[in-house]
Amino acid sequence: MEVNITINGSEHASDVEPRTLLVDHIRRTVGLTGTHVGCDTTSCGACTVLMDGKPVKACTVLAAQADGSEVTTVEGLKGADGLHPVQQAFTDDHGLQCGFCTPGMMLVGASLIAENPDPSDDDVRWAISGNLCRCTGYINIVKAIRTAAARVAESSNGS
Amino acid sequence: MAAPTTPAEIGGIGHSVQRKEDARLIEGQGNFLDDIDLPSTLHMAILRSPLAHARINGIDSEAAMALDGVLAVVTGDLMDQHGLAWMPTLSGDTQAVLATDKVRYQGQEVAAVIATDPYIATDALELIEVDYEDLPPITTPQQSLEEGAALIRDEKEGQTDNLAYTWETGDKGATEEAFAQADRVVTLETHYPRSHPAPLETCGIVADVNSVTGQATIYMTSQAPHAHRTLFAMVAGLPEQNIRIVSPDIGGGFGNKVPIYPGYVVATAASLLIGQPVKWVESRTENLISTGFARDYYMKGELAVTDEGRILGLRVNMLSDQGAFYSDAQPTQFRAGLFHVVTGSYDFPAAHIDCKGAFTNKAPGGVAYRCSFRITEASYLIERLVQNAAYEVGIDPAEMRLRNFIQPEQFPYETATGFVYDSGDYPTALRTALDEVGYEDLRREQAEARAEGRLIGIGIAHFTEAVGAGPSRTYDIAGLKMIDSAELRVHPTGKAILKLGVKTQGQGHETTFAQIVAEVLGIPAIDIKVEHGDTDHTPYGLGTYASRSTPVGGAATAVVARKLADKSKKIAAHLLEAADEDIELASGVFSVAGSPDRSVTIQDVALAAYTNLPEGMEYGLEDVTYYDPPNLTYPYGSYIVVVEVDPDTGVWQVQRMVALDDCGVRINPMIVEGQICGGLTEGFAMSAMQWITFDEDGNCIGANFMDYLVPTAWETPKFELLATEVPSPHHPIGAKGVGESATVGSPAAFVNAVIDAVAHLGVRNIDMPVLPDRVWAAIDEAS
Repeated sequence: MEVNITINGSEHASDVEPRTLLVDHIRRTVGLTGTHVGCDTTSCGACTVLMDGKPVKACTVLAAQADGSEVTTVEGLKGADGLHPVQQAFTDDHGLQCGFCTPGMMLVGASLIAENPDPSDDDVRWAISGNLCRCTGYINIVKAIRTAAARVAESSNGS
Repeated sequence: MAAPTTPAEIGGIGHSVQRKEDARLIEGQGNFLDDIDLPSTLHMAILRSPLAHARINGIDSEAAMALDGVLAVVTGDLMDQHGLAWMPTLSGDTQAVLATDKVRYQGQEVAAVIATDPYIATDALELIEVDYEDLPPITTPQQSLEEGAALIRDEKEGQTDNLAYTWETGDKGATEEAFAQADRVVTLETHYPRSHPAPLETCGIVADVNSVTGQATIYMTSQAPHAHRTLFAMVAGLPEQNIRIVSPDIGGGFGNKVPIYPGYVVATAASLLIGQPVKWVESRTENLISTGFARDYYMKGELAVTDEGRILGLRVNMLSDQGAFYSDAQPTQFRAGLFHVVTGSYDFPAAHIDCKGAFTNKAPGGVAYRCSFRITEASYLIERLVQNAAYEVGIDPAEMRLRNFIQPEQFPYETATGFVYDSGDYPTALRTALDEVGYEDLRREQAEARAEGRLIGIGIAHFTEAVGAGPSRTYDIAGLKMIDSAELRVHPTGKAILKLGVKTQGQGHETTFAQIVAEVLGIPAIDIKVEHGDTDHTPYGLGTYASRSTPVGGAATAVVARKLADKSKKIAAHLLEAADEDIELASGVFSVAGSPDRSVTIQDVALAAYTNLPEGMEYGLEDVTYYDPPNLTYPYGSYIVVVEVDPDTGVWQVQRMVALDDCGVRINPMIVEGQICGGLTEGFAMSAMQWITFDEDGNCIGANFMDYLVPTAWETPKFELLATEVPSPHHPIGAKGVGESATVGSPAAFVNAVIDAVAHLGVRNIDMPVLPDRVWAAIDEAS
């Protein structure tokens, strides 16, 4: 079947099997491999992408369901003026180790900040509780997302 | 902490240099195994046994073969025709690659489909018919060793029962004597349950064997690519020069990516036979049910103590559940890993350990999950025992430890099991942690809370690890000595490339190993590229596990950098027209002793190494070092956990977690703390929720992330980190390794805290994971 999905601002029209998962479509058809697969039960969140601005687990969305939507993957986080504040904060605050969960974590973080410009520690922990990390113990992930929020707030106050 | 000796722009030891590996990972440009997409790649899916123990009477793969897109269905019989139906394990056993006679655990590999598309490969699995004949499953090691138990390893010559191994260490006579002198004997029987490392990325392979040239390029989630190359050569009979193992970015390992799994062998054989690349990536369920479990020791520890709280001796009896094959990833001469470290941080003269392992109808594995071999089990047992001994003697658990610690002046200290601890100051570590947590006030609050019917518990663990295997006289895996290597090339413009035998899985080697070179030579860390994981392009080494990267590979890096520093000094002397012995090197500047204005930089020297040498010197500035450590290193720490237990539900919440670690010199404090936070979380996980269990039919409970609970950000406690720094005297830069300390030390602290909350009721043990229903039952039984 024909699906038309805008991924990171580019339109991708493809003929896919109806059963194709969005994550496989992104990784194998479109060739963007920053979105990862860590489980098969929608538990780990490594496959998180933003669909029309909301985080979804792309292993549990069919490519067909994403037809007509705008999808943002980790490759689309960076803007014309450089890294997204979440990306910068993840490296500044040592929010990643192996890096496998990182794309999903950053996308959830970016989405949280867009909705809640001043998230508390618990706000962040709750927001990322659908995303597993086995390396960091989460402390620096939480810190990074809060750092990014503070920087975004600071730059919008300053402008 | 010692202050860094290099300026921040050089970024030597002690600087929290930002990680070089982050740039690609935060932009989705990492290169993980499943991201590798070679032209004409075929996809493999594995058919696994639904039964724990059954004879295979036949496999019908006709319908699967008929499916469009399927190229081959590989069975054990086909593998057998190539002599590959069985493979050796790292512990000297053999393991089925694809079952030929019977299946011995649920999830065992029975057949593999090779297809043009992963969806088709999975579809085809449904079309394979296997005729199984049920056999009685054995799901505990106790059952397994009973008289008349069904023989699991009936194919193994000379095997007449289900005993996998026996092991004994220490001095039995001296230990009996110690126990005869004791005022009391404190006993603890507990199970360290089966767990799974579950790195977020599962295991996988892309095998690309060129049938014309014989060149096998094998991309593999491998913590030990060089060792795997040699083992592939031995197992598959491929010439080693034709095998190139490439371990790309790895999404966490924690021991899960040390063994060679059947899927790797089948994919490689399939690629060889078909002549196209074959990719196999485990599903999460496959990962959890078939590869790399850890722990599963039933332990009985007895401590001989005096009424003054002095420990006189330790006796341990253990039974390990090995699953269907004895495939522990551990040094060959060590049947239960480095369990010797069970004497912990304490000075006492006698210990004896007796251990048996049994085959059961469960997955094999026996990996060291984020710990050196069997260190977590050992550390857990002694720290639980010491706390119980304190209760029985009637002294405070902190005081009990302080009375028995090995004292700083006793190092190097030979333990009752023959390990020689390198360095430490245990009393300072524990006292610092006690002060930080406000121990005396907490004990008061605990008493007040009890009077109100609230249950507060304070748990301590003071662990000592044994990591960095290891000295060649004792340590080998399959005959390969556990040395490791570093090759350093300084280019004419003063930039460098460092090539390692070890392999990162997230620990940050590309940053920290560059910092070691920066420390010695003064080349900025940012100018040093670190290459690892590709066996064609790096020197030999046994890989990254058991916290051995810094102790062994890090030592090799320091030594090779020093070799180049020596040569560089000679070149500098030539450039400065001074005597070799008058040249001093600090932060990349070579100056003449007494005339600091006469100097050249490491960049000047690097250029001269290719352009302007003293007479008779060989051109170039590069070298390689193979490091054979003289001893293991012994990191340690004092962890204190405060919990509150709800007496009505058994639910416990962590209120404080203070973790003091001494890992010797810290190369990059930021990365060290990151490692500790991760390890503490995994320790918390094992104490609170994470375990792999089986029902009586041998069905694995915990086969996905809905049943195998790993902590999310919501459950994970917050940690307060502290440090002391007693360098290792035998390591070139005084570092000891830290990646696993927190996983080793923290489970006992968490469990001790819960026990401490209910100890006044008489509770002395709750097995891990300390689930609320277990806590509730313990309270109920005690009251």
